[in-house]
Order: sequence, then C-alpha cells, then structure tokens
Amino acid sequence: MNLIVCCKQVPGTNKVEMDEETGVLKRSGVAAKLNPYDLFALETAFTLAEETNGSVKTLSMGPPQAKEALTETLWMGADEGVLLCDKAFAGADVAATSYALSLGVRKMGGFDLILCGKQTTDGDTAQVGPELAERLGIEHATNVVRIDGMDESGITVTIDLDSALQTQKMAFPCLLTIDKDANTPRLPSYNRKKVIDAEKQIRVLTACDLAGADRTRLGLKGSPTQVERIFPPENNAEKQTLTGTGEELADALYGMLREKKFV
Amino acid sequence: MGLVIHQEKITKEIAGQLQAVCPFGALEYESGTLRVNAACRSCRLCVKNGPAGAITWEDEKKPILDKSAWRGVAVFAERRENDVHPVTLELLGKAKELAAVTNEPVYAVLIGSETGTLANELPHYGADRVFVYDDPAFRRFTVSPYAAAFCDFIQKVKPSSILVGATSLGRSLAPKVAARCGTGLTADCTVLDMKPNTDLVQIRPAFGGNIMAQIVTPNTRPQFCTARYKIFSAQPRSAESGGEIVPMPVTDEMRLSKTQVFSIEEKPKEIDISEADVIVACGRGFSREADLHMAKELAGLLHAQLAGTRPMIEAGWLNPKRQIGLSGRTVKPKLLLALGISGSVQFAAGMKGSERIVAVNNDPNAGIFEIAHVGLVGDLYEIVPKLIERIREGARNV
Repeated sequence: MNLIVCCKQVPGTNKVEMDEETGVLKRSGVAAKLNPYDLFALETAFTLAEETNGSVKTLSMGPPQAKEALTETLWMGADEGVLLCDKAFAGADVAATSYALSLGVRKMGGFDLILCGKQTTDGDTAQVGPELAERLGIEHATNVVRIDGMDESGITVTIDLDSALQTQKMAFPCLLTIDKDANTPRLPSYNRKKVIDAEKQIRVLTACDLAGADRTRLGLKGSPTQVERIFPPENNAEKQTLTGTGEELADALYGMLREKKFV
Repeated sequence: MGLVIHQEKITKEIAGQLQAVCPFGALEYESGTLRVNAACRSCRLCVKNGPAGAITWEDEKKPILDKSAWRGVAVFAERRENDVHPVTLELLGKAKELAAVTNEPVYAVLIGSETGTLANELPHYGADRVFVYDDPAFRRFTVSPYAAAFCDFIQKVKPSSILVGATSLGRSLAPKVAARCGTGLTADCTVLDMKPNTDLVQIRPAFGGNIMAQIVTPNTRPQFCTARYKIFSAQPRSAESGGEIVPMPVTDEMRLSKTQVFSIEEKPKEIDISEADVIVACGRGFSREADLHMAKELAGLLHAQLAGTRPMIEAGWLNPKRQIGLSGRTVKPKLLLALGISGSVQFAAGMKGSERIVAVNNDPNAGIFEIAHVGLVGDLYEIVPKLIERIREGARNV
C-alpha cells in the first residue's frame, strides 16, 4: 500500500503579541516544530504500511527550514519526503495551498491513501485536507477516530460526527484526516537518525518542477481570500472592578444577579 | 501582485532594518542583494514599517467579476436527527442582518432524507426561500452526494455569500464545495459584516486567538465561511412565515458515492458544559476538594453547570468533561461566574465569548480581571457563603 502523509512545520508557540502602535507582530524566538496533529496521521500511516508491507512518503509545503519537519518524519519511519518550496507558493491560503499540494501528490506518483492531521496549530482551519481531496478528485473523511479494517477495495473507518460515531467503508484511493488521540504516536527512532541521509531522502520541488502548474493559482496570487488587516483582540471596555468586605461584595453580586434575572 | 524590492535603495543597514520588521524571517540579504524567500506571508509589514520606498507592493489587475450576478446570503441547514442543528437558526439570524445591508434575500439549503416539514420552520427564523434536496441518498452524511447537491444549489441560485455551521459535518463538506466552486473559504469566523459592494467581511481569530484577522474574498463568488455554534444569535421565532419552500430535483449523478455507511451510533449523553446558559467555574482559589460543595450549591441555586480550570481536573476534583479552556471545552454562557480563577490565556480562550463574566479573586492583579466584565476583589470563602445566604433569603421572600 502506498501512503502519503501531508505535514506542516508550525511555529513552536502561538503566543504572539502585536505592538498596537506599529502593527508589528512580536514573535518569541521559539523554534518551529512539526504540527502536533500530524503525528496521529503519521502513526496511522506507519501502522498501515507495516501491515501491508507498504511505503510512506511525506509531503509538505513551506520555506527551506520546513525540511526539518520532514526529516523528523523520516526518523519516525517515513521512506521519503517531498518539500514544495518556492517564492511562488508563498502567501497561499487554503485554496492555493491545496492546489500546490495536489500538484505535489501527482508528481509523487500513485497512491492508495492520503492521510492528514485534523488541522494545524497555526492556520487552524482544518480545511486543507478536504480541499486537497477535491482537487485530486477523490473522496475524503474528516475526524477519523478509528481504522476498523481494510481489504483490496477500500478502508473501513469510524468518524466523529459530533453527536454520533459513523462507521463507513471508503473505496481507494481516498483521503482521511485523523483525529487527535486516535492512536499513540511513536517517537523519532535513534537508530533511524543514525542511518538517514535527509539530503538524499528529501526532494525539494519548485513551481518549475510541478508539471502543468498554473501560476495564477499558486501563492498569494492564487488565493481567493485576502487578509485585509490584522489587529489585537479587544479587551472588555465596560469593565467594572469592585472592592470591599466579603459581605458588601456578596450584596453587590446578589444585586447584579437579581437585576439580570439570574435569580 | 506582490512585493517589489528596489535593490538600488538597499544598503546593508536598510536590509537589516527590513529584516527586523519581518516577523517571518522571510528576507535574506546576501552579497548586496535582498531577496524574499518562501517564508513570506505577504503581510506587507516591510512595506508599511520598513524604510520608505525600499519595498513596495504592486497590484496586478484582476479580471473584473460581475458581482451583481451573485445575489443573496445562503445558509446551509444542517439536519440533526428530527430537527435542524441549532447553529442553522443562529446563522439565519446573522444572514438576515447581512442581507439587509444590500437589500438581498436570505436563502437556506436543506439536504436530507424524509425532511418532512422541517423546511417549513426555517422561514420563521429569517429564510426567504428554502431549497430542499430530499432523497434517500442523503439519509446518512457521505461527502460526494452532499457536495453534489450543494454545488447544484450554488450553480442554480448563485448566492453571493454562504454561511455553514462549523460542525464536524460542515467542516468536512464546506471545503469540498468551496474547492469545487473555485472560491475561498474562511473557517470559524467570529464576526461577519457586509460591505455595500456585497463583499463579506470575515473576521476570525488567528494564532490561538492572540491576533484577529479580517479576511475578504473580493474576486470570487460565492464567498464562503464557516462559524461555530453559539457564536451568533438566532432571531426570536416570528409567528408568520412569509418564506417559500422550493423542492429541488435530485439526479442520479448526485447519488453517486464511493462511501458506504455501515452503522451510526449515538454517542452516550454526556455532561455538556458547552450548552449551558449559566456556569459556575472554579479554580485554584479553592484550597480543598471538600470546599467545592459551596460552588456546587451555588450552581444548583443558579441552575448552572459546574466547571473548572485544568488544575481542578488534574487534581481529580472535577470530571474532565467539566474543563474549560484550550484543552477542554469552549463555552459561551449568558453568565460565567469565575471563582478563584487566575485567568490563564488557555482558560480565557475557552470562555472569552461569554456574555457576562463575573470574577471573584483575592489577587487584584489576577489576569481574570482583564477579561471579566465585573471583577470582585475579595475572598471567595467569604463572598460565596454570603451570596448563597442572600439567594436563599430572596427565594423565601418572593
């Protein structure tokens, strides 16, 4: 079975603050890391590959340093990684990202199953997986909590539909996004670390390498959504702070609860 | 469209200033040339805050879109058992506000099997027309048939904006449909507004809620977004129903699916603090587990759900289902009473949407006072028993 796992390198923390006067994002210098939700997709892929004697390739899009994230996937068990890296991809929204990834997948050759994390911790949209599936013309399922079984024709999975769990069989090829805590992700292996040559096992592809790439659909240019502005969340304007003895404060609180008809 | 670097103006010093302004480390300076690398997010802070004229933003002419060909604000009506999901009614309320700006109609699209009279209810909440795709193929949610029906609706009705509830189903379906329509999709909007030119202003939190991003989809239609349950408010049910129900033909093509549903199993009913109207939340201000009985008693009197911060759950004092915060539940009650809670960023992220936050904490510098509407600086061990007493007295005097 040929598996592809889509991964992303994300900031180590999302604790950013904005300087309200200059509009500059103040990012702490914490290193980037592999999107934690991707770990569950990777674990699912490694397990399925082991059961079927298959292969796992990982795919990412990002700046040159995103190679680090792909290297980590090799240490965990991936056979090879592909990084889409080009200024032409920069500034991509969900639509342009999934378009670029779809070209990357086609370049990587045949596959039976694509796995993604449930979402990323930075973009947080949970949309790239389903959009990628649509661009590849395959079906998808999101919030997969369990793999129930598999045969030549397809895979049976259980998905979380908020108030219910639905078990369904999907024909290959298809795409799944794996829910958090669907399994226990493995750690990078020290033995693999020693033998893996990341330079050889990670291919970097630019827009020129992707056959039939329509440049008007890539990067910022190809993004239907545009960020008009960013701003800090507002604090509560009508704040009120009360001090006094316990009795006074209890009275004040009781008065407020009565006034607002909570009692 | 993009950044243009004016190399003739770039010196080592100016390059350094520009690099300092870039939050993404996307500017590389090497042998006298400044380059933008793939880390660029096109935030344009280098244009705005860097040395003037060193980097500029050049717009490219886009093919002009005939926005007048797309009219109306549509809401995806999600079926939930024998009802529609309540987020549908909230989105209809929002859609009515948005559509009023440009005097356009509000649509609902209902996809399901044996929908019966469900569609009839939607006009009471603001839908001018309800388009119904009713077929056994839609009995269970599988993505291809639902996407096919949804796209059929978009092609035929051409709504300018579409709102979808950010439920598991909505978050799976909306990206499939948006991708097929070649348009953008903004997830989890918390504020929506309409410009007079029918551009939908979509505001969503980014970076774990530390930054708000205002997003538009100016060059494609329809404009597509999702919003979570309990973000917007439904309008009160109006007595008269002026809306029209439009049954839509279902074709064999729409019924095609490579997914076969075997079974569906209701999850056991669980404690769900995210549905509560009133919440009494406890934090480390409680020094012993036994003292939580005060909070429980107060919660009982206020018909409230009891909830807590992560340390309360880790100590084993409260059921994990009662945890508020990034690693717990997001709540949006009408009243949230925070007792002895310091107010970490992670906790705040799960309750900031509450209509009224009242905090009791003996530390006047506690972070919770930053987000509380009413802050009481005092000892919860004095205030809570007194408050319980007052409520009991009040109940007797009625």
